[in-house]
Amino acid sequence: MSARFMRFWSAALILAAVSLPAFSAGGSLLIKNGTLLTVTKGVIAKGDILVLDGLIKQIGPNIQAPPGVTVIDAAGKYVIPGIIDSHTHIALNGTNEGSEAITPEADVGAVVNADDTAILTALSGGVTMVHTMHGSANPIGGPNVVLKMKWGKPSEELVVNEALRTLKFALGENVKQSSRTILPGGPPPRYPQTRMGTNAIIRREMLKARVYMEEWDRYNKFKASKTPPKLLIPPRKDLRMEVLADLLRGKMVARCHDYQATEALEFMGLAKEFGFKIQALEHAWEAYKIADELAAAKIGISVFADSWAYKMEAAEGIAYDAGYCAKKGVLVSINSDSAERIRRLFNDAGKTMKFGGLNETEALSLVTFNPAIQLGVDKIVGSLEVGKQGDIAIFNEHPMSAYTRCDMTIIEGDVYFDRAQYLKEREEAAKQAQAPKKGGRP
Amino acid sequence: MKKRITLFLLVAGLTAGLIFAQAKPAKVIAIKGARIVPVVGDDIETGTIIIKDGKIEAVGRDVAIPAGAEVVEAKGLTAYPGMIDSYSFLGLQEISGVNETVDTRETGRINPQVRAIEALRYDSMHIPITLANGITAALVAPSGGLISGQSTLIKLYGWTNREMSIKASAAMQIEFPALRGGRGGFGGGMGRSGGAGAADATRLIAELKELFNKARSYDKRKAFAAKIQTVGLPGFDETSEFLLPVIKGDLPVMISVHSDRDIKAALAFVSDEKLKAVFYGVEQGWKAAEELKAANIPVIIGSTYDMPPVWEDGYDQLYRNPVLLNKAGVKIAFSSSSASVAWNLPYHAAKAAAFGLDKREALKAVTIYPAEIFGVDKMMGSLERGKAANIVLSDGDILETRTNIKKVYVDGRDCDLSNKYTELLEKYKKK
Repeated sequence: MSARFMRFWSAALILAAVSLPAFSAGGSLLIKNGTLLTVTKGVIAKGDILVLDGLIKQIGPNIQAPPGVTVIDAAGKYVIPGIIDSHTHIALNGTNEGSEAITPEADVGAVVNADDTAILTALSGGVTMVHTMHGSANPIGGPNVVLKMKWGKPSEELVVNEALRTLKFALGENVKQSSRTILPGGPPPRYPQTRMGTNAIIRREMLKARVYMEEWDRYNKFKASKTPPKLLIPPRKDLRMEVLADLLRGKMVARCHDYQATEALEFMGLAKEFGFKIQALEHAWEAYKIADELAAAKIGISVFADSWAYKMEAAEGIAYDAGYCAKKGVLVSINSDSAERIRRLFNDAGKTMKFGGLNETEALSLVTFNPAIQLGVDKIVGSLEVGKQGDIAIFNEHPMSAYTRCDMTIIEGDVYFDRAQYLKEREEAAKQAQAPKKGGRP
Repeated sequence: MKKRITLFLLVAGLTAGLIFAQAKPAKVIAIKGARIVPVVGDDIETGTIIIKDGKIEAVGRDVAIPAGAEVVEAKGLTAYPGMIDSYSFLGLQEISGVNETVDTRETGRINPQVRAIEALRYDSMHIPITLANGITAALVAPSGGLISGQSTLIKLYGWTNREMSIKASAAMQIEFPALRGGRGGFGGGMGRSGGAGAADATRLIAELKELFNKARSYDKRKAFAAKIQTVGLPGFDETSEFLLPVIKGDLPVMISVHSDRDIKAALAFVSDEKLKAVFYGVEQGWKAAEELKAANIPVIIGSTYDMPPVWEDGYDQLYRNPVLLNKAGVKIAFSSSSASVAWNLPYHAAKAAAFGLDKREALKAVTIYPAEIFGVDKMMGSLERGKAANIVLSDGDILETRTNIKKVYVDGRDCDLSNKYTELLEKYKKK
């Protein structure tokens, strides 16, 4: 299991990982004597977790390993639920359909790339699940997808079908193309170029979608009636409107990239006006300015810990944002939005203890249980509980300490990252590289 | 009458001024009851630090508090020396994506004449945030091109750029090509482009040598002309002029260098040219650790918030590189390589500790080692008698994220730790 992963990293065997046999349907293992940070059920100072066929079967002291089940010694280590990244763009062949402002038909679920090495990077930081999203080029981007970081499996086996269907929206500088230079003779600027236009175009699309939805509802009603009209013609199918109609019907939820408080409030106004649900605001660097409004509307945020001041609209992104909003009752997750930051989400979560005064469990929730709620998968992952999937990470020190390191990452009972094994293989590879070559051409 | 009143007021004013000046004796502060981590020397479980005239007067377990001293009760707190960020863009960059606020990179490739100190925005919003996390000094570097300009070493408290200057010119910044496959940024995985450096570096070193030779002959001609009146001065040459302190050994060079091949080439270059040098970045330094040690070249570690530039070096390569360099006896110092998150400096050090660096070495690499590297260890970098009173009082391990910084002294001044983060937070708390 882990060996396959490790081989990939080894210089000599870089390509060995390309053709891998599929994993079993879910692994079994027993983790012994770790400090269990369950997130939802407190801390167990010294306990065991038994995972059978991919699911957590038992948590407690002195669990005996059933025959044939691998035992992992976690003495002196910290065992936590697998980390969940609520906002990334990894493992995709394409992120932004930026040619038009409204592209809800452009579904990133269709371009999942299971060979993206960012999956390995994620695993090395204890990440087991990601919400990988359409980019922020458009006011209405496209549907996003939730993936498990099952390196080596085909893309369809990475997709988490239990997750909420989410649709990407975006506001602000990216959408209004602030950093784009309009060249003479080049393509004209794309509408919208202002925040006014951004709000207006979303409203326009929602009005259109409402008409579309009503037309179809009317058609379906007539069709289902006992005496349908003789000349019943179905409305024209529109793939863009289909997605937006699903949003208006509550079959999807919105995840909206925003920075400034005004645009966030106005988008919340649109959601209210058209009756769709905002599951979370992305980046939301000014969420602390409207924390009460967010809490009252039960709208979550998915934010950075401290990456700020990279553009004008991020100039008031204070490191207290996550912690302060969490204390105000907003459902907060810390995301990476990056194929590098993804491997240190635990470090970022730890920063909320300093900025915002969260305790260890609250801080850890920001990258485990809270994103699970945001993705609608909190019944199956996000904490260490019997019956949940065996997605687990093991750290050498408390994961909220700056001195910590991820030593093992497990998904559904299968080990996908094992640092000890990795080090062993690296050493062997180094030895082999130094050994005198036998045979071959002179 | 009027004149008399004016005179009276004038005299009164002067007297008041004099009295004011006299009534302000040399300020003495006693930090009492703290756990003291002097970095140089053993930790003191409970002790006292005396600050006088901005300097550390005494540190110890049984230090008498002079009469009239302002006593700061620090029971439960730990005293550390202020940390030093060995490479940053503080004061040169406010919002990285807004060009109007960025002064890090001059156009062109050869810019020894530009000096970071002269553009330093002393009231940058990033400086007080960094200070509030216990970082009291930073190297601020220009970047880009081949010779980027002169970096400056500053303290992070003061009312003007010159007041903040510790060393107006700290080093001449030279950059070799980055070893960049991909930064692991937005959306992307990681690419690989390992080989970019070597050929380039050879050519660049040749170019640098030519510039240095030119500066040397320029210097000789100037000296010759000064001696012999009939010999004319050489025509003014800006590049040579500003390389003079480097060739004379008055100003060290800091070379951004990345691959092991380039590192070895850079070592040969500084040896040939007899330069005082510090290397920055040095991501593949672990492959040239012995050579670095033999040449006695200190290394400033870049941000650990990055992907390994060469995939085959391993996922943890940026974390273990400082560990291996330290093990080989190379002097290392950490850096934020940032402006907006310069306050993360201690966590880069902690990251290396998570991957095997001794915790005390990690602490030294943000305090005394950078002080030694920049030649200011007589002034700062540890809590020792005679050094500047750059002191941080924290409620825990200074490299831990959860630790809160309670007080920061720079030159004995009790710093105002409010900053953009706290100001905005306080403002919206009132909502």
